[in-house]
Amino acid sequence: MKARAAALGELLAGDRSADRIVPPTGFTARLTSFTAGAMAFLAVFALALSIASGRLAERWSAALAQTATIRISAPPEQMAAQTAKVLDILKATPGVASARALSDDEQKKLLEPWFGPDLPLDALPVPRLIDVRETGDGFDADGLKNRLAAEAPGAVLDDHTRWRRPLVAAADRLRLLGLVSILLIGGATAAMITLAANAALSANAQVIRVLRLIGARDAYIARAFVRRFTLRALAGAAAGTVAGMAAVALLPATDEAGGFLTGLGFQGLGWLWPLLIPPLAAIVSFAATRAAAFHTLRRLT
Amino acid sequence: MIEFQNVAYNYGGGELLTDISLRLPPGSFHFLTGPSGAGKSTFLKLCYGELHPTAGRVTIDAHDMRSLSRDDVAAMRRRIGVVHQDCQFLDHLPLAENVALPLTASGRDAAGADLDDLLGWVGLKPLASHLPPSLSGGERQRAALARAVIMSPDVILADEPTGNLDWEMSVRLLTLLMELNKMGKTILIATHDMNLIRTAKSQVPARVLRIRDRRLQLAGSDL
Repeated sequence: MKARAAALGELLAGDRSADRIVPPTGFTARLTSFTAGAMAFLAVFALALSIASGRLAERWSAALAQTATIRISAPPEQMAAQTAKVLDILKATPGVASARALSDDEQKKLLEPWFGPDLPLDALPVPRLIDVRETGDGFDADGLKNRLAAEAPGAVLDDHTRWRRPLVAAADRLRLLGLVSILLIGGATAAMITLAANAALSANAQVIRVLRLIGARDAYIARAFVRRFTLRALAGAAAGTVAGMAAVALLPATDEAGGFLTGLGFQGLGWLWPLLIPPLAAIVSFAATRAAAFHTLRRLT
Repeated sequence: MIEFQNVAYNYGGGELLTDISLRLPPGSFHFLTGPSGAGKSTFLKLCYGELHPTAGRVTIDAHDMRSLSRDDVAAMRRRIGVVHQDCQFLDHLPLAENVALPLTASGRDAAGADLDDLLGWVGLKPLASHLPPSLSGGERQRAALARAVIMSPDVILADEPTGNLDWEMSVRLLTLLMELNKMGKTILIATHDMNLIRTAKSQVPARVLRIRDRRLQLAGSDL
């Protein structure tokens, strides 16, 4: 670990003479930069997906902890009695933190988007809504439904928290998938750069043989290759990241009606996360090239 | 000092060298001769650790070559200059940088008057900025010699250094090697050029070794 940190320090410090011992190789240079750039571009999207999924899961989780709704449909003369009965039941139900009937004004506001502001609520058989807040443990929905059916037949528990749970689970999975994608992209980058490094090492077998013959240490020879590949990966990944961030920035702005897809960007300090991709790509390239170089050198006497 | 103790080397298809014992004292001058395929190049590779003996041991300053770490081998090679018949260079670097490569690879400053003097000594100063592919065979051999001695090594090994050179250039290279020997360097030249050996023996106390039937013998008047 110490040796690797020292090697990284030497690599950052640079060595002009060591840099020059490896002949310029246009093809592997372009291949490495392109690979790092393309992978960084994909990594930005995977990161955006993961972060957006995380946000979604948190939002839905928060919603889960909020409310359930009971809808009471009853003849006008029974409405008050049934409402009171339901509130009594809820007061006695474990897991219910609080419950209250929505006022006429509140119900009117809820219906306004569909019926306009002049809705004659009294003239319509609008059900009464009861807003239920759960404790952390939640209540037994099936038990409450049975009790409501027996004691307040017009009351229906709209347990919307129950359909949100699978969505939260799906969002969590999506976030995990995004993170796995980032790991796979990192692995694929390492594999591609290892292949390019091996090709460069094979193409420069004579250079390596000469250097060993004149007494160059393995670390010196490896550093020349590692530095070149690391810098190429860093440059390629930086370009790919900038392109990826620009593409994400050009996605449609977050819109409630647009749902999940329009929220696929970064928000606030979240824009800093993609900036980690180029240095991470450089570290992956450093480790992959160093391993490939020492593997090749160990085969030589 | 390089020492062989009952060294044998087997390529896998039979033994090439058998029971070789030899000491190369500091400041000595040796020729190694023998027919093609006798094992001269293998002998030299055993000297600088590119090959390891299949039996016996090769030591440098009493350290068994086989027990050296890779970094120790690299350090040891900086004390042994090697000149090959088909000397290889980094073709993308100018001659001066190629000659200075052992210095730069060991983290030392390669610029300065010493490099100019060395290039002047081997007669290549005007070609310092030329790339190796543009050099003639003789120029490449002299460049290889300059590269081999730039670290001021204790030992210089040359494998058929005059194989591709005309007589005039061969003598010129030999003269350079004899000058190094007079400076106290140990010289071992593998060659089958008897004229070269005779020329050297007329000027320096050189010993001639011969590989015959897989064994090392003193040859000719040294027998």
